[in-house]
Amino acid sequence: MDTQSEPVRPALRLRGRSYVAFVFAPVVPIVDWLSDIDETLSRSPGFFVGKPVVLDLSAVDLSRPAISHLLLSLEKRNIRVLAIEGVDATALASNMPPLISGGRSCPVQQPAEDKKESRTLPPTSLLLDSPVRSGQSIIFPEGDVTVVGSVASGAEIVAGGSIHIYGTLRGRAMAGINGNSAARIYCQKIEAELLAIDGFYRTAEEFDATLRNRHVQAWLEGETLRITPLN
Amino acid sequence: MAKVLVVTSGKGGVGKTTSTAAIGAALAQNGKRVAVVDFDVGLRNLDLVMGAERRVVFDLINVAQGIAKLPQALIRDKRLENLWLLPASQTRDKDALTDEGVGRVIAEMRSSFDYIVCDSPAGIERGAMLAMRFADEAVIVTNPEVSSVRDSDRIIGMLDSRTVKAEKGEQVGKHILITRYDAARAARGEMLGIEDVLEILAVPLLGIIPESQDVLRASNVGSPVTLNNPASAPARAYADATKRLLGETIAMTVPSERKGLMNLLRRRAA
Repeated sequence: MDTQSEPVRPALRLRGRSYVAFVFAPVVPIVDWLSDIDETLSRSPGFFVGKPVVLDLSAVDLSRPAISHLLLSLEKRNIRVLAIEGVDATALASNMPPLISGGRSCPVQQPAEDKKESRTLPPTSLLLDSPVRSGQSIIFPEGDVTVVGSVASGAEIVAGGSIHIYGTLRGRAMAGINGNSAARIYCQKIEAELLAIDGFYRTAEEFDATLRNRHVQAWLEGETLRITPLN
Repeated sequence: MAKVLVVTSGKGGVGKTTSTAAIGAALAQNGKRVAVVDFDVGLRNLDLVMGAERRVVFDLINVAQGIAKLPQALIRDKRLENLWLLPASQTRDKDALTDEGVGRVIAEMRSSFDYIVCDSPAGIERGAMLAMRFADEAVIVTNPEVSSVRDSDRIIGMLDSRTVKAEKGEQVGKHILITRYDAARAARGEMLGIEDVLEILAVPLLGIIPESQDVLRASNVGSPVTLNNPASAPARAYADATKRLLGETIAMTVPSERKGLMNLLRRRAA
């Protein structure tokens, strides 16, 4: 006969851990409070997915069916409630999240602010209404550059789009720098040091003498930079 | 409160020091309390042109570094009692100047003078930058020839970006002073014409100073040209330019050495 006593199994060791949960505290009228949640979700969809949520019902007086209805509304919005606080235990049915108490407030990450920048279009044209002085370098890869005034010798304009100069161009103009071969350069008087469109360039040496003192446009024909008068 | 005026050009040898002395003296003759300050550290010339080279004890660097007090360094002109000179150091160089040091000196001077005229060195490095940094107005001295005009344009760009006023979003008042103008050479096409210079620089014209041997004569005796020979063509031109700075409207003429020949040009605002 086995008289060995069975080893005593150790009692279950319980461990404690604290988690941070979001507290949803509905206020009257509940319908408005739910539409506030919808607003937040439209700006940051899925913000509450996977995040523990505790429902604090201390500010409202809800019957058991009303609590059930509220839990359903939140589930429809993909918000799963972990626990409920601020009510009597009698108000909760057995299939509802458990009653919880003893929480401490702490800071949580807020849903992202409405990014207004994404609503406005990025600027595609730069306007300068004073002369561009020698040594200044205007670089605008996003689009066209318009100068109301002259561009001095030793200055340069570099644009992703076209360059329009209502004055005399004495410096350098480089248009279509991001591969935009349809970009053009326009000026009221050409005394430029260098013109370039999409990398194809011509220096002042190669400009036709008949173009002097005339309104001029420069454009790319295949791989040749053409410069012709405008009037 | 004083007005700080910088006389600058970019290009060297165009007449900044001559103009600083001449305009400084003319302002003093108009009853203003004027200090002319030499910012050309290591290559000082304003003391020579003002005739004060044998009275220099302390200089701008000494005051900026706190070694000397401002009244110890300021040299009073022997001819005009409301004209003072703050010389530059000859033994140091431009690296000894600092933003804070210069700022303190200018701030201290603002309360005792009506005009502080800063003689900038040539170039676009620290000396020139510090001379223009605290300016309210600028006189850009330009010779009517291509190198000088392009350098002046560069300096105008810097006046619009590297001064305290520009950083605050305000504008430094800018004026072009054309110096060493020779009407005959301009007529022959050897020099740029006034209209050409103004078209390129797009800044209002303050005055036209003709080329003259009086400038060298005045500097040899250590006197501003407006004091040495007030009847000479450059002296009359500087006097007119100074009056325009003070707000008077004077028809733009090129005073000529020869009597009876005048080029009348309307004052042009850009």
